[in-house]
Amino acid sequence: MLWHADRDLRGVDAVILPGGFSYGDYLRCGAIARFAPVMSELVPAARSGLPVLGICNGFQILCEAHLLPGALTRNSGLRFVTRDLRLRVENNRTAWTGAYRRGEQIVVPLKSGEGAYTADAGTLAGLEAAGQVVIRYASGNPNGSAADIAGVCNAEGNVVGLMPHPEHAVSELTGPSADGLRFFAPVIARRATARAGGSRR
Amino acid sequence: MTGADTVARAKATPEEPQPYAELGLTAAEYARICGTLGRRPTAAELALYSVMWSEHCSYKSSKIHLRQLAEKAPPSAALLAGIGHNAGVVDIGQGYAVTFKIESHNHPSYVEPHQGAATGVGGIVRDILAMGARPVAVMDALRFGPASAPDTARVLPGVVSGISFYGNCLGLPNIGGELDFDPCYAGNPLVNALCVGVMRHGDLQVASASGPGNKVILFGSATGPDGVGGASVLASAAFGGAAAGTESAKRPSVQVGDPFLEKLLVECCLELYAARLVVGIQDLGAAGVACATTELAAAGSGGMRVQLDAVPLRDASLGPAEILMSESQERMLAIVEPAQVGRFLDVCARWEVRAAVIGEVTGTGRLVMTWHGEVVVDIPPGSAADGPVYARPGERGADQAVLAADDPAALPRPADGPALRAALLALIGSPGLADKSWVTDQYDRYVRGDTVLAMPEDGGLLRVDEATGLGIALATDGNGRYCRLDPYLGTQLVLAEAYRNVAVTGARPLAVTNCLNFGSPEDPAVMWQFAEAVRGLADGCAALGVPVTGGNVSFYNQTGTCAVHPTPVIGVLGVHDDVRRRPGLGFSREDPGEPGRAGGAAIVLLGRTEPEFGGSAWAHVLHGHLGGRPPAPRLDAERRLAALLATAASAGLLSAAHDLSDGGLAIALAESCLRGGVGCRVRLPGDAFTWLFSESAARAVVAVRPGAEAPLRELQAAHGVPGEVIGAVGGDSLVVEGCFTVPLDELAAVHTATLPALFG
Repeated sequence: MLWHADRDLRGVDAVILPGGFSYGDYLRCGAIARFAPVMSELVPAARSGLPVLGICNGFQILCEAHLLPGALTRNSGLRFVTRDLRLRVENNRTAWTGAYRRGEQIVVPLKSGEGAYTADAGTLAGLEAAGQVVIRYASGNPNGSAADIAGVCNAEGNVVGLMPHPEHAVSELTGPSADGLRFFAPVIARRATARAGGSRR
Repeated sequence: MTGADTVARAKATPEEPQPYAELGLTAAEYARICGTLGRRPTAAELALYSVMWSEHCSYKSSKIHLRQLAEKAPPSAALLAGIGHNAGVVDIGQGYAVTFKIESHNHPSYVEPHQGAATGVGGIVRDILAMGARPVAVMDALRFGPASAPDTARVLPGVVSGISFYGNCLGLPNIGGELDFDPCYAGNPLVNALCVGVMRHGDLQVASASGPGNKVILFGSATGPDGVGGASVLASAAFGGAAAGTESAKRPSVQVGDPFLEKLLVECCLELYAARLVVGIQDLGAAGVACATTELAAAGSGGMRVQLDAVPLRDASLGPAEILMSESQERMLAIVEPAQVGRFLDVCARWEVRAAVIGEVTGTGRLVMTWHGEVVVDIPPGSAADGPVYARPGERGADQAVLAADDPAALPRPADGPALRAALLALIGSPGLADKSWVTDQYDRYVRGDTVLAMPEDGGLLRVDEATGLGIALATDGNGRYCRLDPYLGTQLVLAEAYRNVAVTGARPLAVTNCLNFGSPEDPAVMWQFAEAVRGLADGCAALGVPVTGGNVSFYNQTGTCAVHPTPVIGVLGVHDDVRRRPGLGFSREDPGEPGRAGGAAIVLLGRTEPEFGGSAWAHVLHGHLGGRPPAPRLDAERRLAALLATAASAGLLSAAHDLSDGGLAIALAESCLRGGVGCRVRLPGDAFTWLFSESAARAVVAVRPGAEAPLRELQAAHGVPGEVIGAVGGDSLVVEGCFTVPLDELAAVHTATLPALFG
C-alpha cells in the first residue's frame, strides 16, 4: 500500500489506483488527487513502462494526470449506477488483459456516477485505430460513454483505465462472477517469475 | 468584557426574561432549570438545557415505556453492551463483536431531502464508530406519500441521491432496506438509516469522561451555524401544515454533510483506537457540543471544564449558545490522557483532520464552560443529561373500533383464474411491491468486497471472516398498515418479519434495534399507539428470545392533526456460521430436481396458511382498504421456522428460501421466479385466493436441492414446522394450475416499469 502523501513508489512492480472518492470528488473526479505527492513519482514511472491500472476513480485520476486520453463525465442518466454488466475484451495485449481472449465476454459490476467516457472525435478515432479501446460495454450502454467504451490504455499498453470494478468479480460469493480475477493474473505471474529468478530485492 | 451572558450577570439580573418558550421549553421545565441552578440560566445554559431536554435528545415522553424493553428482555449471553450506549454490541463468536443501530432523519429529509438524508447516514455511522467498531454497511428504510404525488417526486429522488452520495463516498455498502408508499406519509416521509460495525471484543470504547486532568479534544469538522436547533426546532415539533408556511424557515436547521471528511474521521478514529490513545469518546449528533460534553461528563468523573472559545469555527461570529447548539456534521469528542495528546494530534494531522483541545476532565461534579475567560455555563451535568420524564396520557382512539369493524371479508374477491392473475399483476406492479432497482442501483452494494446478499434479497448478508465463513445478516421491516389496525400485534408482526428475513438467509437471529416513528406524543391517541407498540415489541422480543440493544424514537411525524400511521421499523441482526451456505431468494435454473421428476427442484411452502387479509397488500392495492384485524403473530411458530431454516441451510438442503409477507405466496413466488430468471409450476391445496394472497405470518417458501426432500421432511417433523410440496421450479412462466399462467417476460415488464415511469 502506497501512501498518497509520500513521494516514493518503494520499488513496487505495478500500481493499482483503486476506486473510491478521492477528495470527495470535489471540484471534479480525480482533479485534486492528480496532484497528490505520490503522483509526481507515478507519472514518470508510468511513462517508463510501469504497469498501472486505474479502476473507476483511479481511471478518472489517470485521465486527469494525462496518462490516458479523454475524460470521464457525468452519467447520461444523471444518477449513480450500480449494475452487473457484460463487457467485451477488445484488446488483450495490454499489461493487464493478457489472461483474456480477444472478444471474450465477461461479467463485472459497474458502480459510478461519472463514468461517461468522452473524448474529441479525433482522439476517439485514434484510439480505435490503435486498438487502445481495451474494454467495451457489450449489452447496452449504462452511462452514455462514447462508443460504449468502458476502458482504454495508453499507446504502450502498460497503463490501463476502466470504469467497471474487476475486484468485485473475483468470486461468485461476493460478486456476480469470478471473471474479474484475470485482470490481476499477469502482474502476479510476472512477480512470481521474478521471485523465482531471485532477481529483485 | 465579551458581552456574553455570564453566570455572574445571570446572578445580577435574576428577573431578566428568557426566551425559553421559543426554544421549546415549557414554563414548568424552565422553572425546574431555575430551581436546579438556584438562579436564572444564562443564555448558553438555556440553549444547552433546551436541546438536551428536547424530545429528540431526552426521550422524555417515551422513557417510561421504553423501560420495558430492558425489563422484559430475554436473557442473552451475546449482549456485550445494551440499551443506553451509542449502540448495542453483540458477541458473534470467534472473538468478533458487532454493533448496529437504526435512526430516523425524517424531518430534515422533508425540508431538504438530499442533505437531510445524507446527514442521516453520516450521523448513524458516527454512532457505530463511537463504539470502537469499523462501520461495514448501511441500510435505509424509506416511506413516502403516494408514489404519484408531485411532492413525492421532489422528496424521493432527493432522499435517494443523498443516501447514495453519502454512503457511496464513505465506502460503505448499502445492503438492504425498504421502500413503501402511503398517503399518511405525504407531509411526513420517514427516512430511517441503519449502520452496522464490526470489531474485536477488546476494541469496545466507552462514552465517559473519566480521570480528572485528562484532556477533552474536539476533532473533525469546524463548527458552523448549520443545524442550530435541529433537535429542538425540527425533530421535536410537528410541521405546521400548508397554511403555516414555516417549513422553509426551518431549512437552516438542516445540516450539510461532507462524506469525504467523515471517511477521514472514520480512518482517523480507528487508528487512534488501535494505538490506545482514547480514554473515552462520543460522536456529535443532535445537540452537538452541548450533548457530547454533558453526556461524557455525566457518565464519567462528573466534572468537565470547557473553553468554548477554543472550538474551531467556520463562522467567527458564532457565540457560546450557538456553538453549543450547532449540529455541524463530522465531529467527534475524545477524552485523552495529557501525555498522549501529542500522539493524538499527530494521528489527526496524518488524516488531515482538524483537532483542538477544548477542555479537561475535573473532579468538581460541575460542567463549567468559559467564553474568553468568563464563566457562561456552570451546571451539574446530570441535571441536563437526565431530563424530565413525562407519563403522557394515552387513550385508544375512537376510530380504532371503527377500523377493526371494517372487515376485509366484505371486499369482493377475484372469482376466477383471470381475476386472480390480474390481482397478481396489479400487486407486483404496485409502487410498494414493484422492482426497486431505480433506487437500489444508485447505491454501491459491493464496496469492501464482503457483500454476500443485498437487496432485493430478504436480508443483507456480510462476510465477517474470510477463513471461517462467519458472517452477519441484517433486515429491517416496518408495516404502518398492520400497526394502524393494532399497534401491539402490528409491531410483533413487523418484528417477526425482520426476524424471518434474517432466518431465510440461514442466519440465527441474535438482537434487535428499532426506530419508532409516530405522530405527536401530545395526542393521547398517538401516545396509546406508542405504548401499545413498545409493549408489543417488548413482549415479542421476549417470545422470540432476542433482546433489543438500542434504537431511536421519532415523534411529531405529523402535519397539523394528520399523523403518520404508527410505524415502528425493526432491525434484526443474525449471525451466520458459514455465509457460503446461504440460500438466496431466487429459484435456480441450474437445479435439475430429483431424478424422474418432471420439473425442477421441489417448492415447499413452510408454515400454516389461514384466511388473513386485514391490512394486506391485496386489500390496500386492489381496494384502497384498511380495516379489520392484522394477521395473528405466531411467535412460537416463527422461532421454530427460523431454527428449521438455519439447520436446513447449513445442511445444504435449500437452493432458495424466501419469506412470505406483503402480497403473500403470490408475490413470493413471483419474486423468486424473477430473481432467478426461471419459472415454476404450483398446485394449491385449497381456496386459490386465500393461498395466493393471505398474509399469515411464520411462513416461507423454499426450493429443495435434489434428493433433499426427505431430509427436509425429517427436519420439519423435528422442529414442528408444517408444510407441503406445492410444485416445482422450471419453465419460463409462473403457472398456478387450474388458475393462470403468467410468462416471466410479462411479469418482469410489469414489475420493472413502475418506478422508472414515476421517477424518470
